[in-house]
Amino acid sequence: MLDNKIPQGPLAEKWSQHKFNLKLVNPANKRKYDIIVVGTGLAGASAAASFGELGYNVKAFCYQDSARRAHSIAAQGGINAAKNYKNDGDSIFRLFYDTIKGGDYRSREANVYRLAEVSNAIIDQCVAQGVPFAREYGGLLDNRSFGGAQVSRTFYAKGQTGQQLLLGAYSALSRQVKTGKVKLYTRNEMLDLVLVDGKARGIITRNLVTGAIERHSAHSVVLATGGYGNVFFLSTNAMGCNGTAAWRAYKKGAQFGNPCFTQIHPTCIPVHGTQQSKLTLMSESLRNDGRVWVPKTVEMAQKLQKGEIKPTEIAEEDRDYYLERIYPSFGNLVPRDVASRNAKNMCDAGKGVNETGLAVFLDFKTAIERDGEDVIRAKYGNLFQMYEKITDDNPYKTPMMIYPAIHYTMGGLWVDYNLMTTIPGLYAIGECNFSDHGGNRLGASALMQGLADGYFVIPYTIGDYLAQTSYDKVPTSHPAFEEAEKEVRDRINILLTSKGEKTPDEFHKELGLIMWEYCGMARNEEGLKKAKGMIQKLRKEYWAGVKLIGINEEMNLTLEKALRIADFLELGELMVDDALTRTESCGGHFREESQTPEGEALRKDDEFAFVSCWEYQGDDQPAKLNKEELVFENVKLTQRSYK
Amino acid sequence: MSNHKGLNFTLKVWRQKNAAAKGEFKEYPVTNVSPDSSFLEMLDIMNEDLLHKGEDPVYFDHDCREGICGMCSLFINGRPHGPGEEITVCQLHMREFNSQDGGVITIEPWRAAAFPVIKDLVVDRTAFDRIQQAGGYVSINTGGIPDANAIPIPKEIADKAMDAATCIGCGACVAACKNASAMLFVSAKVSQFSLLPQGQAEKSRRVLAMVNQMDEEGFGACTNTGACEAECPKGVSLENIARMNRDYFGAALSTEH
Ligand SMILES: Cc1cc2nc3c(=O)[nH]c(=O)nc-3n(C[C@H](O)[C@H](O)[C@H](O)COP(=O)(O)OP(=O)(O)OC[C@H]3O[C@@H](n4cnc5c(N)ncnc54)[C@H](O)[C@@H]3O)c2cc1C
Ligand code: SF4
Ligand code: FES
Repeated sequence: MLDNKIPQGPLAEKWSQHKFNLKLVNPANKRKYDIIVVGTGLAGASAAASFGELGYNVKAFCYQDSARRAHSIAAQGGINAAKNYKNDGDSIFRLFYDTIKGGDYRSREANVYRLAEVSNAIIDQCVAQGVPFAREYGGLLDNRSFGGAQVSRTFYAKGQTGQQLLLGAYSALSRQVKTGKVKLYTRNEMLDLVLVDGKARGIITRNLVTGAIERHSAHSVVLATGGYGNVFFLSTNAMGCNGTAAWRAYKKGAQFGNPCFTQIHPTCIPVHGTQQSKLTLMSESLRNDGRVWVPKTVEMAQKLQKGEIKPTEIAEEDRDYYLERIYPSFGNLVPRDVASRNAKNMCDAGKGVNETGLAVFLDFKTAIERDGEDVIRAKYGNLFQMYEKITDDNPYKTPMMIYPAIHYTMGGLWVDYNLMTTIPGLYAIGECNFSDHGGNRLGASALMQGLADGYFVIPYTIGDYLAQTSYDKVPTSHPAFEEAEKEVRDRINILLTSKGEKTPDEFHKELGLIMWEYCGMARNEEGLKKAKGMIQKLRKEYWAGVKLIGINEEMNLTLEKALRIADFLELGELMVDDALTRTESCGGHFREESQTPEGEALRKDDEFAFVSCWEYQGDDQPAKLNKEELVFENVKLTQRSYK
Repeated sequence: MSNHKGLNFTLKVWRQKNAAAKGEFKEYPVTNVSPDSSFLEMLDIMNEDLLHKGEDPVYFDHDCREGICGMCSLFINGRPHGPGEEITVCQLHMREFNSQDGGVITIEPWRAAAFPVIKDLVVDRTAFDRIQQAGGYVSINTGGIPDANAIPIPKEIADKAMDAATCIGCGACVAACKNASAMLFVSAKVSQFSLLPQGQAEKSRRVLAMVNQMDEEGFGACTNTGACEAECPKGVSLENIARMNRDYFGAALSTEH
């Protein structure tokens, strides 16, 4: 049975009461404990720095050349907090409520409430670190509004909020490196987890420069390795983002929560062709003034695709502003999942634009006529410029083209209220866990969650575990390390001696297409079953032969990729399994069989108000599905409607 | 987006097996590149070709591919991050290149004693991390912090601090400088803290420690050529260097560090 360890008592008192009940490690004894933190993004860097400050010995790992380059750096829009600086009716309860509702009622009340509760301290902490948030002329902090909320609670630093928050956490981390409490291992990739007596006691890593396979022992292991959106090959994630650490933990017994919950962002720059390596997000704020449309007829769309006519030549009456037509009250501002799905529907109907037919227009003509070009430039100038750099089109003169792209994974390692996985001593924080966003994440809440986990939750909860753990260290000569290292070496050897014609990237692209087609914006039973078969076949082909080059004992790009893709080829199938069993639509997960007569997502609370927790049973066995029931005592479940 | 046909180029690429090996230029043709491809996507095509032929791909650093992580670092046709103003290599597109006359493009790593080559175009920039560790922070622990609005900061000051903080730590400033000086990078970090009230308590101590570490890492002296500012993909201004110099001399003169 899964024990989520949610404390008793009223919602608003659970966390304070829990903190009081947690066991403490005496300050003088903290130095007797070693903690491994894998990942130096917002979650990992904030946790590692805080552990160091408390006096623990920390080893922190990342695959980039510097901790400062973790993918959190790319977040643009902002970070939420319930400060209510605008006096517009915000509160901890409202932030909690918006997040639960935005997640389509598939997250835990207690976790989300705690997130809202600690959100304010995050802003205080970051300001004290010297994070240059945007300010008003009076010198106080500025806020903007973001999707899914009716209050202004998003703090931001230009379009570079993630960068500034991460540099803040990185500075705190750097200070601990200087004191010697944190040791950094950059260009190092975790390839396996080591269990001793059923507890997480270490990891096996590969040094990406020398190829050295190394063993690291500790009293506890924290995974902060980010999301697995790159399973789709094309996504807004950085090139190196991967699912390996979480997947290896899963195969050692950590259950995986809601793997099929992925978020698709509606406003990305469309795919330009087969040479494309990644997708670029355009801020959602553009939908405040841009109008989304496609031509009314397929014939006209085809002419556009061939470049025979220009979008500006299409008359008003020949344009279908479909979001305004279908959703008169929300119009272009419907939530991310609704906007994405409708774009897909238009393109499926043959009305897509761009050479590929896989794009819709986002048009600023009306806004420019109404407000003037200068006003639009002041609001979105940098975004327009970025768009023009990438596409060579001038969005002041011709409509932008956008298409949805994979952006975030709500699913991840299952954790209890203490952020511990089902493996004792193994924690998962940030995007790597499943915890706070349910079926759909609201804008500006991933940064909040990463920092909440790292600064204000795990420093408390890990102490409770360590206080009950003996100081004894496990030597890296222990047979468990021996065995884990051997498994890693075997995997590497198979790949390096494999003889195939297809490169790792070619496999990855194929997997991505399968996932996007059948487990992307809309899913159905037939397609998912087909995808499952295709992934199994592709995986078999992969292990029968993939083209690598070189040896392990050097920098080896093909090997790095091949190891990550091997794990994606397994994780992808679990995502499909999860999508198959959840025969409701909710949040980012749209099952075509479960829609309202108007074609909107239909949630089934009687059957599916639970977290799907998948338990590994061996490579040749189907994974076992366990359910954590979700209990709602403080919010009333309603169907979302944006008509 | 365009309906052009593919472009062809000849790449002259620096190959170096490891830090100890002697490097050399090698030429590789790439064909049928979409003008909409980014520079790094063009290198992906080349690498897939090489791998199919059983040759070792060319190594280069990259991650976010949207100009913010600071990982990409190529010296193209004599310029860090190649042609174009205020962009990183990953934001560079092939339509910026002339594919006539064989379309030769020369690609080298950052060259600086403090950034040793690891392999091909990949260099070791951990010197930047060590400079940050020397003092690039406000010495506070997590928790127990007064309300974020307790200290108002004039918007102009906050904006200036943000302009300095925008540095992505790519090292193009060092690669652009004939002395391989790291002044622009270091001054950007020093300035961010020096401008904000939160950074005042450790102002002197910080600038001395960071400059000292910079010297220890073997970066060259600044002779005010301004090449760093001209090539910085984030438009970090020389003003920061002037500010850091003031802070430094002020700190060095005072006895109370
Ligand atoms: C383009 C973009 C814009 C976004 N904008 C916003 C926004 O405005 N607001 C918001 O709230 N959220 C936003 N998000 C989401 C948010 O940025 C992420 O969810 C969040 O930053 C994840 O932080 P993290 O610490 O969990 O992981 P990451 O920052 O992804 O860090 C992962 C770390 O793990 C390391 N790692 C991974 N695998 C391994 C391994 N096997 N071995 C060793 N190390 C490993 C990496 O090196 C890295 O250090 C955005 C996301 C994207 C892609
Ligand atoms: S100052 Fe500019 S060039 Fe130098 S590291 Fe920072 S962003 Fe790069
Ligand atoms: S790859 Fe991140 S800045 Fe270029």
